[in-house]
Amino acid sequence: MSAPVTRVPSYQRRIGVFWWVHKRSYFLFVMRELSSIFVAWFVVYLLMFVAAVAGGQQRYDEFLDRATSPLLLVVNAVGLAFLVLHTVTWFALTPKAMVLRLGGRRVPGTAMLAAQYVALAVVSAFIYWLVVKA
Amino acid sequence: MKFRVLPFVWLTFSGGGVVAAVFLPVLVVLLAFALPLGWVDPSHAHLEGLVQSWFTRIALFALIVPMLVHAAHRFRYTVYDGLQVKHKVLVALACYGGAMVLAMAAFLVLTTV
Repeated sequence: MSAPVTRVPSYQRRIGVFWWVHKRSYFLFVMRELSSIFVAWFVVYLLMFVAAVAGGQQRYDEFLDRATSPLLLVVNAVGLAFLVLHTVTWFALTPKAMVLRLGGRRVPGTAMLAAQYVALAVVSAFIYWLVVKA
Repeated sequence: MKFRVLPFVWLTFSGGGVVAAVFLPVLVVLLAFALPLGWVDPSHAHLEGLVQSWFTRIALFALIVPMLVHAAHRFRYTVYDGLQVKHKVLVALACYGGAMVLAMAAFLVLTTV
């Protein structure tokens, strides 16, 4: 027979919903995490754009018209701010999350950081060219 | 060896984070501001040709799916730890389920348009 198990209630500190507003670093952390909402929103927006373009000139014009409504402009501007926060924090985190070695030597964090911004510039220029110039 | 799904979720989360950081800002600036506000003015015919190419559609789908996993995974922990909604399974189901629904919608849009 096994010994009887006594369940001891463990102490769990209650944390309020707004535990993150009082400290700057906690606040930025939660803001960074909330960028996920806008990543999802922009995926939806991108799909709506594709559907509108494929739907013909008139649907595309209607899409552009609706995109200039104050509500959508504000939502997208706020979303872009969150997205920039995501990009900056994501790039800053990469050198901390992984160690890259080249020729037996560790690549310094600043080089990895710079390489990511170069990648951002190259990709942005390519997509700009694809959409506007090509 | 036991197959574990979590490492793959984390891997896709990271991949989606990179995509969102590198590809999404320029797309948002173009599609949400530059085109509607007339800063740049490519013809509709040009854009139509772009979205009708299979290369564009496959590339878009390959970019969209990891971004959705990224957003779902991150939002899951935001709701659980940040907003203290302590319903682990329900939160996970809602987040990954939402991502799956959106991925299917993306597939439909990109294959039918």
